[in-house]
Amino acid sequence: IRLNLLQESYNIIQHWPLSYSPGSLNPAYVASVSLRDLAGLRRKWPVSFCLLPFSSSFRRRDVLTLTPWLAPIVWEGTFNSELLDSAYKPLNLTIGVTAFAVGKYTTFVGRFVESAEKLFMKGCWVNYYIFTNNPQAIPRVQLQPGRSLSIIPIKKYSHWQEISMRRMEVINRHIAEVSHREVNYLFCLDIDMVFHNPWGVETLGEMVAAIHPGYYNIPRSQFPYERRSSSAAFIPNSQGDFYYAGAVFGGLVKQVYEFTRACHMTILADKANGIMAAWQEESHLNRHFFSHKPSKLLSPEYVWDDTKPQPPEVRLIRFSTVNKDYKEIRD
Amino acid sequence: MAVTNNLRNSFFLTLIPVGAIGCAMDKNQGKTGGIKGYFTKHHVYVMGCLTLLCFSCGYFWRSDVLMMTPWFAPIVWEGTYNFEILNEQFRQRNVTVGLTVFAIKKYVVFLKTFLETAEMYFMVGHRVNYYIFTDRPEEVPQVALKEGRNVVVLQVPNSPRWQEISMRRMEVLSYFSQQRFINEVSYLVCVDVDMKFNDQVGVEILSDLFGTLHPGFYTAERQSFTYERRPASQAYVPSDEGDFYYMGSIFGGTVMEVYKLTKKCHEAIMVDKANGIEAIWQEESHLNKYFLYHKPSKILSPEYMWDDNLGRPEILKKRRFLAVRKNHAAIRNK
Repeated sequence: IRLNLLQESYNIIQHWPLSYSPGSLNPAYVASVSLRDLAGLRRKWPVSFCLLPFSSSFRRRDVLTLTPWLAPIVWEGTFNSELLDSAYKPLNLTIGVTAFAVGKYTTFVGRFVESAEKLFMKGCWVNYYIFTNNPQAIPRVQLQPGRSLSIIPIKKYSHWQEISMRRMEVINRHIAEVSHREVNYLFCLDIDMVFHNPWGVETLGEMVAAIHPGYYNIPRSQFPYERRSSSAAFIPNSQGDFYYAGAVFGGLVKQVYEFTRACHMTILADKANGIMAAWQEESHLNRHFFSHKPSKLLSPEYVWDDTKPQPPEVRLIRFSTVNKDYKEIRD
Repeated sequence: MAVTNNLRNSFFLTLIPVGAIGCAMDKNQGKTGGIKGYFTKHHVYVMGCLTLLCFSCGYFWRSDVLMMTPWFAPIVWEGTYNFEILNEQFRQRNVTVGLTVFAIKKYVVFLKTFLETAEMYFMVGHRVNYYIFTDRPEEVPQVALKEGRNVVVLQVPNSPRWQEISMRRMEVLSYFSQQRFINEVSYLVCVDVDMKFNDQVGVEILSDLFGTLHPGFYTAERQSFTYERRPASQAYVPSDEGDFYYMGSIFGGTVMEVYKLTKKCHEAIMVDKANGIEAIWQEESHLNKYFLYHKPSKILSPEYMWDDNLGRPEILKKRRFLAVRKNHAAIRNK
């Protein structure tokens, strides 16, 4: 049976009405674009572009912005939102967000969705998928037009680790049943977080991972990868690119489907061997992103830990943890 | 909950690629096959100022050039990528790359060097189809090819004017992309024939759509780019617009994107013809217009399109694809 997948090969090669000028001091208003209308797009860009350094305001010299496999690392200052918006908006994309609010974690849903309404993918169609064992506990949040929220009941497991790891399976199944028909891109986020600054189309990519805020500035040997070789999530000491956060990943819905499936398989393999990875599904996520590199990385701006002081290289905190008492909230 | 529904099962069947099945890791995966971590000796921090560089596999820090555009297109310079990782990624996907080249009339003389050097440097280790468009198929030289590489000779008509020949390439490419290339290759690289490969040109260039910076203009200001400046032409770009000046000698991408580009350019050329105007740099002008409004997802540095007459600036760590000396008067229109 041939399923009607949404056209998955969206690329950013669409109509770009603007020229880019990095030195421009006034990247303000963008005319809404009609594909044929070039007359309204004449802009006064006083500074011309140059490839040699020092002239570009869209440039970060203090951080890595490109991986060795040529995947961009998204930091504030590396991209021009105008340009990107003007390319993505005409595509009329629908972005899905999955989040799990199980047990006491339902208390986080209100703030998560409220902040997302203000800051997440503004101007796009958005579907929130909230997975919970207690649909009654999910607050009704006022949503902007073009945005919807579905509550999906799931089983609650007795241990928080189990709940965490089962997410891969649940997301995978949900894509197969529902979201492949409804969204182009899907982000899988932790619920105990809040948006503080805009999260936009600069994050869209085939397969997107986020760099863990606790480990972006330390040597690889100290990454908390799973180090026991009996686990399917094993990464040896000398290997690994980055330590990615389990709280944020996403991409084209088809890629997320395959990724969650692969993670779930290795989680099951470990279960069969009676082993649980050091950081549950985050370890498996890291293993898979090591073998199948993401096409875009999000800097720790996109997954921050509020208990950490904000360093100068993190100019904006866009998405960050909510302070909580783990003992109280888990199990 | 058992998955019994037929719909679900067949969905899994259609969506599971072979590669994903191989994801059920055995513990040795990290050591043997798969992708080796690239920083084997040194530590790399995400913060550039603390970076201790590792020189394995060609990767090192370039602080002298722009490495990425604000629309996240990497600009490919030596040192910005690790060829081992990229090679592994593309081998996993088992891609075939098509290299198209036009050798019309006397330009057939360039084919031998072109093909011999391509065998040495172009997409080594991957599957390649050379598509040679010529009006003199009998003059296409026999060149020894490595495993997994083929030559396909395609006959096309010639024309008295070289400008005409140059511009007709867009039409031919769009036609064949649709008719043939879509079924045979994943990526197309469209190049000029009066060139030779001098250093690695590999999978680091592959992307949805890529263009190459013209070696004469990569330090120039926008106003001095030689865009078509007459509004009567379809290739017109106003003097306050434009990101880069791209060279017409090497561009490419997925077959679909190349098809769209070549089709658009061909249509624009035809409209110009009907209006009795020819763009200043023929199809290169139209290509630049296209790239302005359809930004490439990857940009190749002038390493990928160099002419030794321009010297050897510090910024150029490799000269991968070089113009071959020719006598323009002797070779054109013959």
